[in-house]
Amino acid sequence: MRIHTTRALAVATASLLTLGVAACGGTSKGDDNGAAGPAATASADPNAATREGLKIAFLPKQLNNPYSDVLAGGGEVAVGELKGEYKLVGPNDAAASSQVSYINTLIQQQQDVIGIAANDPNAVCPSLNQARQAGIKVVSFDSDASKDCRDVFINQATTQGIGESLAKMANELAGGEGEIAILSATPNATNQNAWIKVVEEELKKPEYSKLKLVKTVYGNDEDQKSFQEAQGLLQSFPNLKVIVSPTTVGIAAAARYVSSSSYKGKVAITGLGLPNQMREYVKDGTVTKFALWVPADIGYLAAYAGAALASGQITGKEGETFTAGRLGEYTIAANGEIVLGPPTEFTAQNIDQFDF
Amino acid sequence: MSELRGRLASWDSVIILITVAVLAGASIGVENFGNSTNFTFLILDLLPIALIALPMTMIVITGEIDLSVASTLGLTSAIMGDLWNRGLTIETIIPLCVLIGALLGAVNGVLITRLGLPSLAVTIGTLALYRGLAFVVLGDAAVADFPWTFTGWVTGTIGGGPIPNVLILLVVLAVIFGVVLHATPFGRSLFAIGANDQAARFSGIDVARTKFWLYVVSGAIAGLAGVLWTLRYSSARADNGAGLELAVVAAVLLGGVSIFGGRGSLWGVLSGVLLLAVLQNALRLQDVSGQALNIVTGLLLIASVLLPNIIAGVRNSLHRRRLRAVPAKSL
Repeated sequence: MRIHTTRALAVATASLLTLGVAACGGTSKGDDNGAAGPAATASADPNAATREGLKIAFLPKQLNNPYSDVLAGGGEVAVGELKGEYKLVGPNDAAASSQVSYINTLIQQQQDVIGIAANDPNAVCPSLNQARQAGIKVVSFDSDASKDCRDVFINQATTQGIGESLAKMANELAGGEGEIAILSATPNATNQNAWIKVVEEELKKPEYSKLKLVKTVYGNDEDQKSFQEAQGLLQSFPNLKVIVSPTTVGIAAAARYVSSSSYKGKVAITGLGLPNQMREYVKDGTVTKFALWVPADIGYLAAYAGAALASGQITGKEGETFTAGRLGEYTIAANGEIVLGPPTEFTAQNIDQFDF
Repeated sequence: MSELRGRLASWDSVIILITVAVLAGASIGVENFGNSTNFTFLILDLLPIALIALPMTMIVITGEIDLSVASTLGLTSAIMGDLWNRGLTIETIIPLCVLIGALLGAVNGVLITRLGLPSLAVTIGTLALYRGLAFVVLGDAAVADFPWTFTGWVTGTIGGGPIPNVLILLVVLAVIFGVVLHATPFGRSLFAIGANDQAARFSGIDVARTKFWLYVVSGAIAGLAGVLWTLRYSSARADNGAGLELAVVAAVLLGGVSIFGGRGSLWGVLSGVLLLAVLQNALRLQDVSGQALNIVTGLLLIASVLLPNIIAGVRNSLHRRRLRAVPAKSL
């Protein structure tokens, strides 16, 4: 008798669910689903005055991540120069959906510009388009959102350029041959995966034919997990020559492990890192070379691009130009991309010139 | 009269009052909180937690727990993406995903009721297992090209007004679960199991079977939540909903359900869900950081465990004082 109630409950639940689903023909992949964001309609006026008092909000992948903090810091400087109101908000974790409710809050607060490093290019789309319908300009940086739901994207360097730079450094440090491995962030990090793909393509070239990528592991941008994964790599591949980590958390954890182990001096660590985090490992000889763009410049450029959008100087079309304070003039490339420039390589010779 | 006083002093009434007060305060004191757009955002944010909390309330009342719900959500989301890629129609995929959720719940149910394993251990195990399987199904890919008719429905409102479409679904399910829990013999049997499952067994309640079906329903609802999550964020991913199980358990405990079973109400739990969501939303509008939100949530939880004990303690001492005040002769 009692069981009938639970069963009834289960059946009721199931039937309710199917109720909402009218089976008329059905919708499957490839059917037209006309959900596009607002198209850029206005035309740009390069000579328009830059508006003052703009409310510019930054939404990084997550807060309290040293890299995000530096990025946003550059934005803060630019917003100060622009005499705007700067705001930094963000989730505690870098999950795909965590940013959505923050975007919704920014819509409610009627910001003028949202600068976002998207955790997932699609999950943030509906909210970003709601923001754009409300007249908010959306600038993505560091990690792009789908191009239908942002106005411009600040690309720190082209995916191709970063991947090539990683492959080149790995090759130099391995002495042209041997086993290399990659220690990445999360398995679904948009930018890391794109760079890794380029590295894999590069390794097919004849000049890298003696390099062998043995494994790609994921430290999820958590210090402890990255440390363990680096340790695991060296246990599984005793002949490993180079660990390439295209994430600041991973490279620092790997360098910390190697510097305190018997592998110091035998295994090279390279990738993308922050000079302040890597300084001691460069000084103690664990790391000879790593690279990064200057992250503060990304936030700085994002704020200026946002202000140019909000002032009507640009709309996001290819070929439009604007001036980004001390960085000078930029031209918008295809798909609303604005490329910051090539990454900087850091070595014992130049690392002390950088403080971030 | 004393019945009424008992109700008023019980924690779930207190939490309902606190929730109403916070709602009123936020509507008056927080700019942009009370408008209809924000209401839609609020409902969408609490939807998965509220849905999963419905069966979770019943499970915790029987003295058990289900920590695998968020991983079930993630796995159904991943399967949904995979089936969509394979060209199945969305109308087929949605009920299938709910069914798969129910199956995943049944696995928990069998392990717990047939093999007599502790639900905490089993569902921590399936938490890891289902999340791992989700990555096997979809890897690091994200599937995003779901049809606008469905994604738009989940994020949309009735006739473009202030009431989100999904709220209807939530209300209907909440009423069904509420009636079953609080107004049927079956619901009473859940409390009996939680209070003392030996006694429940001797009074003719089939404890194992009851618990088994609760896990099936819990899985089905987690599957439904996975579908709605995927459509809301138009992104099927293996890591969807990670960590959500703790938000659900927090809301259930905040709503006055005893973790030892035998005590609680669905209305208290739904208030708990609403209270946490309103606090999050309102504090965020005030630019309070996520870390501070965590601190508030933590303090609330501790208070929700402490206060009922304090209330009970005060009531007992009052009761003793009244007893002492009565002359011995009349006893």
